Amino acid sequence: MNEIVDLSLIDWSRGQFALTALYHWLFVPLTLGITFILAIMETIYYKTGDPEWKKITRFWMKVFGINFAIGVATGIILEFQFGTNWSYYSWFVGDIFGAPLAIEGIMAFFMESTFIAVMFFGWDKVSKRFHLVSTWLTAIGANLSALWILVANAWMQNPVGMQFNPDTARNEMVNFWDVFLSPLAINKFLHTISSGFVLAGIFIIGISAWFLLKKREVPFAKKSILVAAIFGFISSLFLVTTGDGSARLVAQHQPMKLAAMEGLYEGKNGAGLTALGIFSPTKTDPENDKLHDFIFKIEIPNALSYMIHLDVNAFVPGVKDLLNGNEKEGILATTDKISRGKMAIETLRNYKNALKEGRKDEAFQLKEKFMSKDFQANYFKYFGYGFLTNANDTIPSIPLVFYSFHIMVILGSWFLLFFILSIYFVVNNEIARRRLFLKIAILTIPLVYIAQMAGWTVAEVGRQPWVVQDLLPTVAAVSSISAGSVIVTFWLFALIFTILLIAEVKIMTTQIKIGPKDGGH
Amino acid sequence: MKRIVQFYINGFKEMTLGRTLWAIILIKLFILFFVLKLFFFPNLLKENFSNDKDRGEHVIENFIKSK
Repeated sequence: MNEIVDLSLIDWSRGQFALTALYHWLFVPLTLGITFILAIMETIYYKTGDPEWKKITRFWMKVFGINFAIGVATGIILEFQFGTNWSYYSWFVGDIFGAPLAIEGIMAFFMESTFIAVMFFGWDKVSKRFHLVSTWLTAIGANLSALWILVANAWMQNPVGMQFNPDTARNEMVNFWDVFLSPLAINKFLHTISSGFVLAGIFIIGISAWFLLKKREVPFAKKSILVAAIFGFISSLFLVTTGDGSARLVAQHQPMKLAAMEGLYEGKNGAGLTALGIFSPTKTDPENDKLHDFIFKIEIPNALSYMIHLDVNAFVPGVKDLLNGNEKEGILATTDKISRGKMAIETLRNYKNALKEGRKDEAFQLKEKFMSKDFQANYFKYFGYGFLTNANDTIPSIPLVFYSFHIMVILGSWFLLFFILSIYFVVNNEIARRRLFLKIAILTIPLVYIAQMAGWTVAEVGRQPWVVQDLLPTVAAVSSISAGSVIVTFWLFALIFTILLIAEVKIMTTQIKIGPKDGGH
Repeated sequence: MKRIVQFYINGFKEMTLGRTLWAIILIKLFILFFVLKLFFFPNLLKENFSNDKDRGEHVIENFIKSK
């Protein structure tokens, strides 16, 4: 299949998906986090009756409303692309994706639309208690609606709970709970929402810092920082914990991604964790030009082995072990996986031909063979490898994954420190005087968005060439359409999203400059 | 029921910034569904094949032509 699919079509289709997903993700995490901060602020208002807290809640609610309005429905474009650019993928995963996405649609529609309306229209019209409950339910609803798409994404990284049907070429769900409660799905959900919580905390602190620098709305800004910093600090701890869990799961299910994240070429016992590193743009491994040499690297000895296996001497496979195999560690060479994948495709081909030519007994036997436990575990498991021609195709862009991962981790560490400093300064009533810190707080807003994008780059570029891990590579998932049409829609999206982003920034900055006031929505 | 409808009507009437945001949402939805979806994003398998059997056959044909 590699030979017959236009590579520029794949690149543009991937580019378009990445562009829309990243733009969509500019809006989502703020919604995930700020709704909970709003709920906390309103709870304080409900408990204390202090009108200042009502003013604070209403201001951040307005910010949330702007972000929600501009961002809503931007994710639908991704679904359009499934049907047009990724129709084979869409068909292949259809039954698995159908359930979570349908639940998401219903949940997002009913929970969010109902309770958001009460949140915005209900001030002084419904009871304080009902309003507060609505705010909490909006927060829970927004986060639960993210759950389903993340369950679907986790399934692509670790396909479980399904059975491929050779008659329909679709994966059919055999166990909903295996899909829904897969450790990867749970971890991905928790890691993603906590990253949204961190982003929202930083966003609120950054905007409040602007008010303090302008010497405006000082009590409002200090109170906002206090809530956002405590919420952000707790979320950061959660983010670190789930990030650690995520690395362990990646090691288990996507070892090539982990090797790319760490720039680990040769597997070893007692593998070190690369804290920092810079690749040579030109010098590569003499046997493999996809493996760039490090110009500089700081490594923490044994830390990677400990992080993954909780054993400082445990073996962690590198790119070369995964490519060439490692008998001692029970790792199959990629070329063997390709042969097994081709065998799975060949069996499917023979089955379809036997059916077409009316050789019913042979077709029956071939289907029995295809569906047998042994064939599924030893051949179908590598179905996707059958579409590949070169073992090197299984290596993602190592510099991109490595740098993205390290940018995410370094920024994540800064955010933790940032929240600690914010709490310290605000509790000691120093925050208004710390002008340098306030300026840094504003600059931290773009950094948290960069960290978000870096995180998704690790998750999605790191799993290349797979659309569905080991079962469907990108090259087999893309539709047979012209690259020209994808290029046109790529630029259309770029234009639409840029206009939306400009609208968001303009409306948001105008409202922030106006500042908190009573009433209006 | 009447109270709920009235609640929404009043809410929409009293909107200030919300009017601009709703305008953006409606324009966006129009562009998404009546321009992009209609002219640029056909569901290929749905449009080119009349039933799921043919769709499945087409996808399998694409998979098994790989050598």
